[in-house]
Amino acid sequence: MRDLSSTSTYLRLVKVFKWIGQPAQVFGLMLSHLVMLTTILIIMCPLLYILLLSTQSPAQYYHFPPRLWPGLSFLTNVRHAWTQVNMGQLLLNSAIISIVVALGKIALSISSSFAFVYFDFRGKSLCFALMLITHMLPLPVRVIPTYILINELGWLNTYKALTIPLFTSTTGVLLFRQFFQTVPTDYLDAARIDGAGPLQFLRHILVPFSSTRISALFLIDFIYMWNEYLWPLIVANTPRTRVIQIGLKQLVATDAAVDWHFVMAGVLIATIPPLIVLICLQNNLVKGMSLSVEK
Amino acid sequence: MQSRFPNRVLPYVFLAPSLLIALTFFVVPSAQTLLLSFYRVSPLQDKRIFIGLDNIIRLLKDPEYLNSIAISFKFALLVVPIGLSISLGLAIVGSRRRKIFNVYRALLIWPYALSPASVGLIWALMMEPNFGLVTTLLKISNSINFNFRTNGTHALLLLSAACAWKMLGYNFIFFLAGLHSIPSVLREAASIDGANRWTQFWRITFPLLSPTIFFLIIMNTLYAFFEVFGLVDVTTGGGPGRATDLLIFRLYRDGFIGLDTGFASAQSMLLLIMVLILTFFQFRYVGNRVFYQ
Repeated sequence: MRDLSSTSTYLRLVKVFKWIGQPAQVFGLMLSHLVMLTTILIIMCPLLYILLLSTQSPAQYYHFPPRLWPGLSFLTNVRHAWTQVNMGQLLLNSAIISIVVALGKIALSISSSFAFVYFDFRGKSLCFALMLITHMLPLPVRVIPTYILINELGWLNTYKALTIPLFTSTTGVLLFRQFFQTVPTDYLDAARIDGAGPLQFLRHILVPFSSTRISALFLIDFIYMWNEYLWPLIVANTPRTRVIQIGLKQLVATDAAVDWHFVMAGVLIATIPPLIVLICLQNNLVKGMSLSVEK
Repeated sequence: MQSRFPNRVLPYVFLAPSLLIALTFFVVPSAQTLLLSFYRVSPLQDKRIFIGLDNIIRLLKDPEYLNSIAISFKFALLVVPIGLSISLGLAIVGSRRRKIFNVYRALLIWPYALSPASVGLIWALMMEPNFGLVTTLLKISNSINFNFRTNGTHALLLLSAACAWKMLGYNFIFFLAGLHSIPSVLREAASIDGANRWTQFWRITFPLLSPTIFFLIIMNTLYAFFEVFGLVDVTTGGGPGRATDLLIFRLYRDGFIGLDTGFASAQSMLLLIMVLILTFFQFRYVGNRVFYQ
């Protein structure tokens, strides 16, 4: 803009556009919208495609040139996918373990952060280091001994194996610890004058204060657990305890050609619960995760 | 008044469940992995022979494993730099208008809710050799016969596209948060001093955004190496041939299908070294300002 300002063309342009505002900015704004809308279209394209395919029959989607209008087989496809892998049971399993893991992670990280911030005790930094270390040990680096342990405990193919080993959350501990440190000590003093003990203070002051962070963490952990694949495949691959993600694999793993219309109906069903959680809680995500902004 | 509760027992009660789980399922099994990597274990897990570093040596001499390392790095290189550049560009464009930006954000973040398995299936469909949308477009425009079931490069491209697409929304959100924390005064001052947009980006935005960039590089790399098992398992199954036999998939094949426990444990140890290097960088350059599992 500055380089052009000496040329007469630019001066004339300024005169013409003066009543709109600044031309460079109007142009830039239009360009921004164009870029965003194009990207959104590209991002949405696969979604629209699976929506389309889940309504079609093989004759329609094998057709060339591609038919880009919906068919009438949506309910048939959903019903077939549902019964082929017993999706009711799989969805129930996934829902149970995702909710339990999310709540378990939240409860344990609140209680450990409470201990770290509001008490003095021996071995505090050692305990904190231990919490951080779990972050450096993702499943692949310890998968075989953990599997052997689960087997020895007799937990194979139980909900216990799918939930309890996943209850630690470094993210949660850091999030709540950092938040508790910012709660003014006035609240603690007031609570104590009223005769509240540690448990009452935790329950009536800290937990209600943390609601944004609790929902952010619930969102992250629910989606994380709903989408988990390797661990459920190893420890709970039976009809009674199988999760939805493994069910999707079963929909594809046929000897004949893949029935894409059933598979896509399955993908849609499997995606709805985490999507609902995301839509309901996404405003808390950015607020709850940005550690410095919120008071 | 003190800012702490004077209780000697209670903190341990509050910490006990977390510590118990961390020790039982994280620390002890990791130590056992190290031990197991020195043994040859029979498939029925009943006999163990100490063989020292033989597993590691066998691993590093195995051309297929070296191939897996190469493929994993190639995959990460396809996913991380390209995905991050695109989402950074988008975030810079998207951060300009505040009102409409909520709508854009909602429309860009949703792939975050999709599982690696679903994303894999969606892209396997998009690139289906007979009728997939991308395949058809490529055939019409460049007459390329895209077939991920027979062509190894195509299979790896499929996985990369799926992974990058899934991470786009996640990266976009973190970049937006990072951009919003940069005071606009700095850019205004630079603009008064005559800096154009290009200079402003490289001298102000980029350096101030570097913690976010580092954080996202690490998270995306970890994702590309450790979280893509489901993606590979539902789409290519490591094939065609061994063309998409990523490290994590190889570990599963050797440990849980081949039941070669010692050999698979040695692979886990190599992965652990990689995680340690990455987390070292994370704490060194990002601190714990932004944190996410």
